[in-house]
Amino acid sequence: MKFTLNVWRQNGPQDKGRMETYQVDQVSDDMSFLEMIDVLNEQLIHQNIDPVVFDHDCREGICGMCSMFINGEAHGPGRGVTTCQLHMREFSDGDTITIEPFRAKAFPIIKDLMVDRSAFDRIIQAGGFVSVNTSGNLPDANATRIEKSHADAAFDAATCIGCGACVATCKNASAMLFTSAKVSQFALLPQGQVEASERVLHMVNQMDLEGFGNCTNTGACEVECPKGISIENIARMNREYLSASLTTK
Amino acid sequence: MSSLNAHIPEGPLADKWTHHKAKIPLVSPANKRRLDVIVVGTGLAGSAAAASLAELGYNVKAFCFQDSPRRAHSIAAQGGINAAKNYQNDGDSTFRLFYDTIKGGDYRSREANVHRLAEVSASIIDQCVAQGVPFARDYGGLLDNRSFGGVQVSRTFYAKGQTGQQLLLGAYSALSRQVAKGRVQMFARHEMVELVVVDGKARGIIARDLVSGELERHSAHAVLLCTGGYGNVFYLSTNAMGSNVTAAWKAHRKGAYMANPCFTQIHPTCIPVSGHFQSKLTLMSESLRNDGRIWVPKKKEDAEAIRSGKKKPTDLNEEDRDYYLERRYPAFGNLVPRDVASRAAKERCDAGFGINKTGEAVYLDFASAIERYGKEDAHVQGIHHPTPEKIRALGEAIVESKYGNLFQMYEKITAQNPYKTPMMIYPAVHYTMGGIWVDYNLMTTVPGLFALGEANFSDHGANRLGASALMQGLADGYFVAPYTVGTYLADDIQTGKISTDSPEFAEAEKTARDRMEGFLNSNGNTPVEVFHRELGKIMWDQCGMARSETGLKKAITDIRALRERFYKEVKVPGKMHEMNPELDKAGRVADFMELGELMCLDALSREESCGGHFREEHQSEEGEAVRRDDDFAYVAAWEFADHDPGKAKLHKEDLVFENVKLITRSYK
Repeated sequence: MKFTLNVWRQNGPQDKGRMETYQVDQVSDDMSFLEMIDVLNEQLIHQNIDPVVFDHDCREGICGMCSMFINGEAHGPGRGVTTCQLHMREFSDGDTITIEPFRAKAFPIIKDLMVDRSAFDRIIQAGGFVSVNTSGNLPDANATRIEKSHADAAFDAATCIGCGACVATCKNASAMLFTSAKVSQFALLPQGQVEASERVLHMVNQMDLEGFGNCTNTGACEVECPKGISIENIARMNREYLSASLTTK
Repeated sequence: MSSLNAHIPEGPLADKWTHHKAKIPLVSPANKRRLDVIVVGTGLAGSAAAASLAELGYNVKAFCFQDSPRRAHSIAAQGGINAAKNYQNDGDSTFRLFYDTIKGGDYRSREANVHRLAEVSASIIDQCVAQGVPFARDYGGLLDNRSFGGVQVSRTFYAKGQTGQQLLLGAYSALSRQVAKGRVQMFARHEMVELVVVDGKARGIIARDLVSGELERHSAHAVLLCTGGYGNVFYLSTNAMGSNVTAAWKAHRKGAYMANPCFTQIHPTCIPVSGHFQSKLTLMSESLRNDGRIWVPKKKEDAEAIRSGKKKPTDLNEEDRDYYLERRYPAFGNLVPRDVASRAAKERCDAGFGINKTGEAVYLDFASAIERYGKEDAHVQGIHHPTPEKIRALGEAIVESKYGNLFQMYEKITAQNPYKTPMMIYPAVHYTMGGIWVDYNLMTTVPGLFALGEANFSDHGANRLGASALMQGLADGYFVAPYTVGTYLADDIQTGKISTDSPEFAEAEKTARDRMEGFLNSNGNTPVEVFHRELGKIMWDQCGMARSETGLKKAITDIRALRERFYKEVKVPGKMHEMNPELDKAGRVADFMELGELMCLDALSREESCGGHFREEHQSEEGEAVRRDDDFAYVAAWEFADHDPGKAKLHKEDLVFENVKLITRSYK
């Protein structure tokens, strides 16, 4: 297969950036999208052009490191996949593909297609944990029974991989889906109850400080989320936030 | 050859750890605040250790090359985590977990370490549940368990097929809490490129900021390497793209011994290689072997017809299929341990029965399970005389509820529907049991340098059992290192801050800089990736599932030649002081090329077959592994010497078995 690629190139955060066009051939339909970029990069090295910088690591859809806005969609066409799980068979021979970084004020571009998502780490640091130290003397794991439906719902929320597709997709660059997934995981479990009010207030506050936008309920984040995190989590976080705001002194 | 002292505490096996903890020196809270610890790597072992040490009061600096500690490759572990909780009342105990792990490792691990692992396993589950890790539960609200290969109890805790993710996010949340308190300073997108040794002790690292390209000096009173395994020496593996041996190798070059480096786990159920530009392999969880049956055609002409697309697997009748694991190992069948299953697949494919284009794949078939579950469910639902279609539909629904996410992952990668046609699988490099040599306290041969998790060699012998890697990472990080690192630091309370203005730091920084400039100034024309691919092929062909004296000797010659070509012909674009992933890669591949030679050397010197290490010269008439306990019941610990990985000196730690009897593993 052959493709024409329009790729965003940007030397650093201060650089203005521009689209560059490259041709790649020798692409087979069972290659992943990132393997296609590998082919491009080997070719660019031979042509004395700097290879395209992009984030990637596990290449099996779980680490959340790969990003890319492909033909106007976070992680490209296809639902429930990250860019590393997108295969070239989803495209037609001869297609032109446009590749851009995830764009959001809170995700500054580092270089080319690589962005800085450390804002997500700071949101977790603001309260995305249960305050329990390492100890060999904790209650037995089966001491508290947890209703299966709650455990399953907590698990579903906890499967967020922190890739940022929700932010990149949202017209307001809101991080509500990401933040609410963590708030929900703990809100659904007895272990999370003790600090529930502080958690939601601190995390939402941090989210605002980072410069993420507000949620206007378009639901685009849920559609593009590679892990299918539900916007029910946003509703749950809003409830948690409201009740915490009313009850916290 | 000298022998090594593993500092195993005296006393009965079951009391060693308790007694050791009771006797070791402590550091007072006020003194802990004056001690610095560096943790490299933020997977299960690293995140857990960094968080736990910070909670105790030490000043921790943590490093990872990814953009966030949450990305470490522990996240990709699927199946589960073992713990001797005996919640199922099926006869599990600390001793049984210990015994299974020793036996599964083919008697090449250290009894005391493995017993401690089994002892703390239960606390890990308590810790994780308290952190809010959402493990699978049954309808009564209690924790659910499943079974894994090589054991006869159900002791595996899991969170669907994403157990590693949930455990890592738990450890990451504990780490994040300490970062917020300022107890841990987190350095993401940083890579350790040198170890700094001052007066014989590990006192810091040189790290490269991967965004600015600057080299930084970081000092500490102790350094913990939690840097994972080195499976990427094979180029294609189930490891993440960035997983590398560089930190461990730099430590090796500075005096840390590498133990049993040839012990590699080749996982039997991975999606086969499809093409030249393939960058990684994807695992299909071991849990699938609970219900999937592995087979190849009985007749070669059928295999050829399938390879050329003239026949489909579903065209073959039962009598034309060879369920070779069930045939060779009737007692364990499809659930034999990983090393046995992998070798059996290779044997069939080498004999010409492989079933994909490359001839290197076998089937993992769920048709029988779908039919069995379908019939059962029809019975439960009171459907009399169900049609075959109804049975299939019911059966597929049950299989989906058990393995849905794995089937979906398979379909995404291969564009084939595994409910309708059998999966194609082939063994792939997955885990390295070998690693940095550590004593009972997880300290390496460099005082003050510790190695945790997959980075060390200690617990899995020559073959790791499923769901034991997560257990070991968290055991080391949460429950072992916080004690043993403290013991070491108790002597350092008077030392004061370690200066980075010493000749040792300057020297280490210069070594790192010279090396990178060397890559950038090379006038070659070949990208790094090409050399990595070639190295991988040598390693896979000669130091993979079967090894021989001739093959290994050839591999050593080939690797040395490749290394020479690499330094002459490699082309690394860009500059030093900027983000430069090709430069990062060059450093990692250079280290893999040295490690590869050492692995071959180790495999050559171990003239027996054990666990994942299969020497063709040492097999029974039926092709089973032949272990030689009289001569090889030792840990091979290699010391770097003469500036040449091929001249490493062998030190032996004899393995003493006082609590288990060495027997030949039989799964027949």
